[in-house]
Amino acid sequence: MEVLKIATAGSVDDGKSTLIGRILYDTKSMTDDKLEAIERSSKLKGYDYLDFSLATDGLVAEREQGITIDVAHIYFSTAKRSYIIADTPGHIEYTRNMVTGASTSQAAIILIDARHGVIEQTYRHFFINNLLRVKDVVVAVNKMDLVDFSEERFNEIKAEFEKLVEKSNFEGRQISYIPVSALKGDNVVFKSTNLDWYKGATLMDHLESLDAEDVYNNGKMRLPVQLVIRPKTEDFHDFRGYAGKVYGADLSVGDAVLVLPSKTRSTVKDIFFYDKKYGKAGRQSSVTVTLTDNVNVSRGDMIVKVDEIPHIAKQVTATVSWMDAEKLVPGAKYLLQHGLHKVLAKVQTIHHKIATDFSGVETGVTEVSMNDIASVTFQLNKAIFFDTFEENRTNGAFILIDQQSNHTAGVGFIEA
Amino acid sequence: MTDILQLNDLENEAIFIMREVAAQFDRPVLLFSGGKDSITLVRLAQKAFYPAKIPFPLMHIDTGHNFPETIAFRDKLVAELGLELIVRNVQDSIDQGKVKEESGRYSSRNMLQTTTLLDAIEEFKFDACIGGARRDEEKARAKERIFSVRDDFGQWDEKNQRPELFDMLNGEIDLGQNVRVFPISNWTELDVWSYIENEDLEIPSIYFSHKRPTFVRDGMIWSAADCVYRDAEEAVEERIVRFRTVGDMSCTAAVASHAETISQVVAEIRDSSISERGARIDDKRSEAAMEKRKQQGYF
Repeated sequence: MEVLKIATAGSVDDGKSTLIGRILYDTKSMTDDKLEAIERSSKLKGYDYLDFSLATDGLVAEREQGITIDVAHIYFSTAKRSYIIADTPGHIEYTRNMVTGASTSQAAIILIDARHGVIEQTYRHFFINNLLRVKDVVVAVNKMDLVDFSEERFNEIKAEFEKLVEKSNFEGRQISYIPVSALKGDNVVFKSTNLDWYKGATLMDHLESLDAEDVYNNGKMRLPVQLVIRPKTEDFHDFRGYAGKVYGADLSVGDAVLVLPSKTRSTVKDIFFYDKKYGKAGRQSSVTVTLTDNVNVSRGDMIVKVDEIPHIAKQVTATVSWMDAEKLVPGAKYLLQHGLHKVLAKVQTIHHKIATDFSGVETGVTEVSMNDIASVTFQLNKAIFFDTFEENRTNGAFILIDQQSNHTAGVGFIEA
Repeated sequence: MTDILQLNDLENEAIFIMREVAAQFDRPVLLFSGGKDSITLVRLAQKAFYPAKIPFPLMHIDTGHNFPETIAFRDKLVAELGLELIVRNVQDSIDQGKVKEESGRYSSRNMLQTTTLLDAIEEFKFDACIGGARRDEEKARAKERIFSVRDDFGQWDEKNQRPELFDMLNGEIDLGQNVRVFPISNWTELDVWSYIENEDLEIPSIYFSHKRPTFVRDGMIWSAADCVYRDAEEAVEERIVRFRTVGDMSCTAAVASHAETISQVVAEIRDSSISERGARIDDKRSEAAMEKRKQQGYF
């Protein structure tokens, strides 16, 4: 089953939840009992329309305040494929949630209120998609009904947004602009006669046309070993399998490989998926691999192809998105989890903070607070085997764990 | 030998999660209800560790109000696969005076399970409990993490959850805490059924159309069993039904159905206009019913 993951970001009143509710409603993904619950609540609140936001804002605090706090996941499918929407809050204090939502998404929808145009939050949403290298960005200009479905207004907003795009540095991305009214249903799933001047696809048709292949997992083959499987049964007496998920590129039987960090050379003997053997393991597949030689491999080691060695270093510089109430300061120590590999990390230098509105960097900073984005160099107690985030989205990222609270305190995108 | 391994994103993700549990925790357990989601989990665990055995036991919290068909199925599966099964009974928690049986028209042992579960986690010092909850089931579950930390009291702090980025799962916990793990978080009901069909998995007979003594209350079809409260005027009638979820008899409503095979069930789900939890009486208590139960330590 093909899955396309989409992150949505929008300001409090952009109508993001309404848009998602509209998609669910118009694709007939909302079941009768859920729809009845929405009708009931809408009527109770005295609305003369259906308040679709009630379908997505799951927590009590969210329903009370009418805002989205956490990342919510919404599922629906079309005849073509399954969709997962990671719905994230748009406010500055939820920058970390937006980063989280974008980290698992292949595409993003940025909502803009047609009356207000590009605002400070739009900058941040686009900045995060740029930082996370999200390939397909859909700019949905919402509430077109409130600007008389004006083509001129739509073009103004498009021009404003294009100025933002010029400031960004990620070349491989595609940006599309679609005028919609989520509340009234114009151009979301069904083509609107109110927007005759717009010749492009509806939002849903556009999503259907996107390529679900996660291009950011394209790169060199990386197999981080999760577990060594040693059944020690009669049938599998000498079996030593290395279980893990294949990232970046395919792995085939007969491939010459290196095991890191020992750099021992061997060859792929068998690739198992459950009780069957395969000639080749595709990207993202969770397989168990055996090697022709008796090599010493343990969890956290990485199998790579011989001529594709990643960077190996005890120091990394990364763009860090900070997520914890406890600030990051020079000298602080964290558990750094790079894929499966855990090492100790010490903050060596905070180079600068990066403004999320593309206005530049702030140097001379002594601490990094929650929702800040900063460039930081860490010293590690053991070497990690990494790619830059640009080279490999999975092997180029790590999380920082606060050893006191065990919280995931931040995420790093490796620069060098 | 097949040339290329076909991708199933959801299955690969779930196997990855199973392996992370085995690697990151000392005493994991798989919470097994005998329902389709936990049957799916067992198959995923088999795949994750093959040719080794599943490296953790199964645990069933038995309310004493389960469908007999489910219990028979559970015991057969465990015997066939050679798995270790732990059973803890809600009746024991009642006998020990830790919880009180509900009474009245809508009484159920569903809420009482939480105490039995938390006691069992403490008894065996489990640090990770694998469950079959899915985000599409219910709106509070839509906010759930894949590794979801519970404090010493088994409670869920929904406002202070750890962010989960890319594939990196943070299983660091303090002594006394435990993690609830949801490998099929991103599956929908239809995904689960399609998987059961493709894998040709056996499931309890109550998922298929059968004749059963039932009565109708609030527009829902209830099982007429001894443990289900029934008014004198609520007339029992034999109906042809099946169940979409396997919960307690007292909180799981049946649906009228003639689906006798997995493929007929899949077709029925595809066309259905009622969500799966629409047949869960326990969720109808209030709009925030699930969120409240989760905060207290429910599955």
